[in-house]
Amino acid sequence: MSLDKDTVKNIAYLARIRVEEDKLEPLASELSSIMGWIEQLQELDTDGVEPMASVVDVQLPQRNDVVNDGGCRDAVLSNAPDAEDGFYTVPKVVE
Amino acid sequence: MNNLTDITIADARDKLASGDCSAVDLAQAYIKAMKTGRDLNAYITETPEIAIDRAKASDDRRAKGETLGAMDGIPIAIKDLFCTKDILTTAASHILDGFVPPYESTVSANLQDAGAVMLGKTNLDEFAMGSANITSYYGSVKNPWKASDGKDLVPGGSSGGSAAAVAGRMAMAATGTDTGGSIRQPASFCGITGLKPTYGRCSRWGTIAFASSLDQAGPMTQTVRDAAIMLNAMAGHDVKDSTSAPVDVPNFEAALAGDIKGLKIGIPKEYRMDGMSPEIQALWDQGVEWLKAAGAEIVDISLPHTKYALAAYYIVAPAEASANLARYDGVRYGLRVPGESLDDMYLNTRGEGFGEEVKRRILIGTYVLSSGYYDAYYIKAQKVRTLISNDFKAAFKDVDVILTPTAPSAAFAVGEKQSDPVAMYLNDVFTVPASLAGLPGISVPAGLSQNGLPLGLQLLGRPFDEETVLRTAHVLETNAGFTLHSGVKG
Repeated sequence: MSLDKDTVKNIAYLARIRVEEDKLEPLASELSSIMGWIEQLQELDTDGVEPMASVVDVQLPQRNDVVNDGGCRDAVLSNAPDAEDGFYTVPKVVE
Repeated sequence: MNNLTDITIADARDKLASGDCSAVDLAQAYIKAMKTGRDLNAYITETPEIAIDRAKASDDRRAKGETLGAMDGIPIAIKDLFCTKDILTTAASHILDGFVPPYESTVSANLQDAGAVMLGKTNLDEFAMGSANITSYYGSVKNPWKASDGKDLVPGGSSGGSAAAVAGRMAMAATGTDTGGSIRQPASFCGITGLKPTYGRCSRWGTIAFASSLDQAGPMTQTVRDAAIMLNAMAGHDVKDSTSAPVDVPNFEAALAGDIKGLKIGIPKEYRMDGMSPEIQALWDQGVEWLKAAGAEIVDISLPHTKYALAAYYIVAPAEASANLARYDGVRYGLRVPGESLDDMYLNTRGEGFGEEVKRRILIGTYVLSSGYYDAYYIKAQKVRTLISNDFKAAFKDVDVILTPTAPSAAFAVGEKQSDPVAMYLNDVFTVPASLAGLPGISVPAGLSQNGLPLGLQLLGRPFDEETVLRTAHVLETNAGFTLHSGVKG
């Protein structure tokens, strides 16, 4: 499977990672070589095999739907690079 | 007080109990060793004040006739992937600049509750992605072992700082995390013991996530006994991690007593790879002889889907990573690089904040999860994972434990294998299959390469049967008679 420059540009945008225009071509060739190596999986017949969802044979636990944490706004915001008045901030999204 | 940095956890437990040394003596010896060993770059953050405080508290307890157990007063390093309350936690990434968690990971909290003394936070590959500890934003880690020509060697990865700290006697033991071999491979490269427990044995809560269905914390120590002691302090069910297993934690050290007579050891033929180095083959054969001489029965087994494990891993792990690392958005913690719009800010922050290998894996993950490719890659890989897990289930009907090499080579020089990502991925060829199946595995230093560098053997066990793995590892260790100090201090 070969990834071209446009595909890399698209997935980089989906992942919200800025990749400079001149880096797209080398990155495409690197990712293509990784995907080419991964391609060997296609030779394996997996018809009727259940895809694994979890390695442990335990049932996921349930708990009562009650509030068991919270009330720590300042601790939560303590690492925000640009918190203001008890809120996270982002660049303007509504004109 | 000579050589306090050469003793094991088990030795220190005795010395502390008899009053031969205090926890503060131990902490001071290691604080000094951290300082003199800075050239290895094993630590990102040293925490000497915390170490002294906790050591004093341990000595105070002991003076009152109280102790919290075998780990009380033991100086350890914590991989900088575990969140530590009020202490910088980086995952070795630029994107977590200045992140000071307001909470403590369950594993590091368990160790603290057991009286362990934290010396600092160890270096790693960025977000635990790597096999040579060369992708850290805080610089590469050097292996305390040197090549015969004096060249610097990599310590393995991703828990390279932890491995280098233990091998370089800058911590009595350290925590690691293992997603595809990140405890076992650096343990092999640095000549120490590294145990990846069964998936679910240790809580993942508060450990910065890489691939959540694979990540597992474990001990990195000088000896098998120390690994057993330390695992007891780390393990246990945790309601804050829904995948942590609600099973009893046995006394792992007690499992070392007793022999392995009649135990069935599987030797998987698929691990005999084309082009395998003769010295790795010879070490493996030696391991077989040791176990046979101890009364174990050797059984040839087949794990037919082994050759597909690495490729499946490089779909599953990046896919999970791309989802897990979506949280680094420049809004809630860490680095923020401004932009005109919200999208611009995301693109700038993530473009600048992540290193090359992390970006590569996020992009692969995004690609294999994207519409049109999800079934062909991600679902396919999850099916292959089922086949690999079934291989092990079938094998463990006939054998109790499986013996393989840990890594295809000894530690390599800094700068080698860097241009080709796939060549780097092949370091984990023997460790990844058990990760995909969630099985416990240990690497034990078993011998030296022709160039005088440590080589490890790996033992794999049934789910939640770390006891048999440890008991068998103890036999390998006793026979190997490997001593860390000859190589590192020579």
